[in-house]
Amino acid sequence: MLSNLAQLLRYHGLIQVLVARELKARYRGSVLGFFWSFFNPLLLLLVYTFVFTVIIPRGELVDLEPYAVFLFCGLLPWTWFSSSLSDGANVLIINGNLIKKVMFPAEVLPIVSVLANMVHFLFGLPILGAFLIYYSVPLQLSELIWLPLVLAVQLILTLGLAMTLAALTVHFRDIKDLLANLLTLWFFATPIIYPMAILPPQGKVFMNLNPFAHLAISYQEILFYDGPFGHWKWLLALLGAGVGLFLLGYGLFDRLRDSFAEEV
Amino acid sequence: MSAIEIDHVTKVYRRHGYRRQFATLKSALLSGNLVGHLRPDEAFLALDDVSLRVPKGVTYGVIGRNGSGKSTLLKLVAGITKPSKGEVRVGGRVSALIELGAGFHPEISGRENVFINGIMLGLSHREVNHRFDEIVEFAELQDFIDAPVKTYSSGMYMRLGFAVAVHVDPDVLLVDEVLAVGDEGFSLKCLDKFAEFKRRGKTILLVTHGLSMVERFCDEAVWLEAGTKEAAGDPKRVIQMYLADIEQVEDRHLAASDAKMQQSPSAADTPGHGQREVATKDLLPLEQQPCEPVEDDDLPPANMFTAKEGRWGSGAVRIEQVRLEGDQGPSHVFHSGERMVIRMKVIAEEVVDDFAFGISIFSNEGVCCYGTNTDIEDLESDSLEGVGEVAFTIDRLDLVAGTYKLDVAVHKCDGFSYDYHRLLYTFRVKSRTRDVGIYRPRHNWRFSGGVRLKKCVDEVAGATPGEDDPMSSPLLYRE
Repeated sequence: MLSNLAQLLRYHGLIQVLVARELKARYRGSVLGFFWSFFNPLLLLLVYTFVFTVIIPRGELVDLEPYAVFLFCGLLPWTWFSSSLSDGANVLIINGNLIKKVMFPAEVLPIVSVLANMVHFLFGLPILGAFLIYYSVPLQLSELIWLPLVLAVQLILTLGLAMTLAALTVHFRDIKDLLANLLTLWFFATPIIYPMAILPPQGKVFMNLNPFAHLAISYQEILFYDGPFGHWKWLLALLGAGVGLFLLGYGLFDRLRDSFAEEV
Repeated sequence: MSAIEIDHVTKVYRRHGYRRQFATLKSALLSGNLVGHLRPDEAFLALDDVSLRVPKGVTYGVIGRNGSGKSTLLKLVAGITKPSKGEVRVGGRVSALIELGAGFHPEISGRENVFINGIMLGLSHREVNHRFDEIVEFAELQDFIDAPVKTYSSGMYMRLGFAVAVHVDPDVLLVDEVLAVGDEGFSLKCLDKFAEFKRRGKTILLVTHGLSMVERFCDEAVWLEAGTKEAAGDPKRVIQMYLADIEQVEDRHLAASDAKMQQSPSAADTPGHGQREVATKDLLPLEQQPCEPVEDDDLPPANMFTAKEGRWGSGAVRIEQVRLEGDQGPSHVFHSGERMVIRMKVIAEEVVDDFAFGISIFSNEGVCCYGTNTDIEDLESDSLEGVGEVAFTIDRLDLVAGTYKLDVAVHKCDGFSYDYHRLLYTFRVKSRTRDVGIYRPRHNWRFSGGVRLKKCVDEVAGATPGEDDPMSSPLLYRE
């Protein structure tokens, strides 16, 4: 397994061109083309802001102003996370002819799904930046330096989960449908549209088990809330868990590798 | 030194439909073995203890029927699947022409796809760049290389896939029946490319149903049959064994379908014994049925040339059995120019003095190739009683390759049928010569003056001497 893992580095060229292909192919034929990478998160944000300020007003939670910025801090990484998982779960089946007909390193495929969605996430960041400037949210350099680590933790966690899902979906197509609903539940079980603060104590204990909650809170603390970044201990713990999960996911993938060509 | 070594390889697949995904997953996770948990009825043995050694620089052909394990073998060598048992060792870079253009993305341009596909097949970006023009030129897609691949015709798509795969510059090239790519010109180019690979000492493993291709290109060949190695070695010999086996199976097949036809309702009832109305109505469209039955017998069709298979007649004389024989006994498959004997067992319950035996040979399209009877040939009937045998011998069956059907009949000299078997017997004629038409007259070519031909006969006639009955091959003379 470790030697296979080392091989992964050799595939960086392949991963690179496949991510580029994914991005190019995604908007090929649309009028706005690549600008959709910017518009998509913007439109998503508008919808959610409209829903949670006009249709269901938040009432007494006044400390969440500007709400759009708060929402964006959680929504943008969530989109990366959830799209990666749903793409990753399907990716081996969609590219079945590569696995069945060509000698192709299958693990590259879920990695490409995660990285392509990460690029979309990165394109969304300038929009978030524009919002931060527009609402003149104060940012502190001492907090911002944590941001790359948050991204890294999310990346490794997402990779581990995507690998696991990709490998298992080959054997159980049910995962595809299950996952779509599970992700919706997960979204609402994470403090993205609401702050962690509104939860009762039992809720907080439960929330601590949700890895994405820690990521969302980290983004929010760094970019939205004032004061020092207090969630770093959780983040480091999550990094450890993420690395463990990645190794586990990769191990599972590696173990099931030989079955892909036959079961896809 | 061997480029490919296949050592006692067994490949087992799980039969689909058995809902045991959990079991497969579990055994894959725990033991790393995908099929260990399968009961024999759930497993499909695609390859059974096959060993092969392909020396470096050799072009090796793999032949066999559909489902004999050829493609599985190729996938094992390509490393796409792993053997269930045994070991596969391959020396050097492998490129597999199994599915051309697998991994092309339809939305992006041919140019980008060439790069991505090249990198997928193991080239670096620089290497693709270096070979790019050559690839595009080979695929003949200079004008379309910047168009999205989804706008390509299937021929263009395949050509590009082929071009990329052969420009990977592999040490071992695996080819799975992909030469039917593109038009005649491109096929020739592909063959040239293979020849070039050969010259440069690369190893080629070729899976194909095109036996002539194996014969022309391969240094060695293997014949796989139901997952086992049936024969290996000199391609000519292997192909001949394979063809002989195919003929045997074909023979059984024809015999079975003839037997089925003879048992079908319209043919099964013996003439003169009930059900005769059903029999005739089956045979004829209504308007063709004569208004007035000729005596009270089973009716012959009004138009003999449009009648379909069946059996009719009064039954006073019956043809009990019809057998086709070649030099080696009963057969349904003959080589052009061979001897064929049609043997009929006839029975007459009472003495008959007016009778004639006839046969006709029809081509598959229903063209009567030849027909005769004893009356036409002035063989006057005297008497027939009890059991007898009639043998009709064709010394040289000079028909071109194809499937033929046979009429046999015994009737009165005026045409009244005792027992008529219409198109109930089938035989196939095989020939390595691809001449056309129906009849092959014995012939030879003579050349004189400035006309010069190379010695090999197949350049002229398409036949290789010694494969057919030597007498049937067109002869060549030089004066």
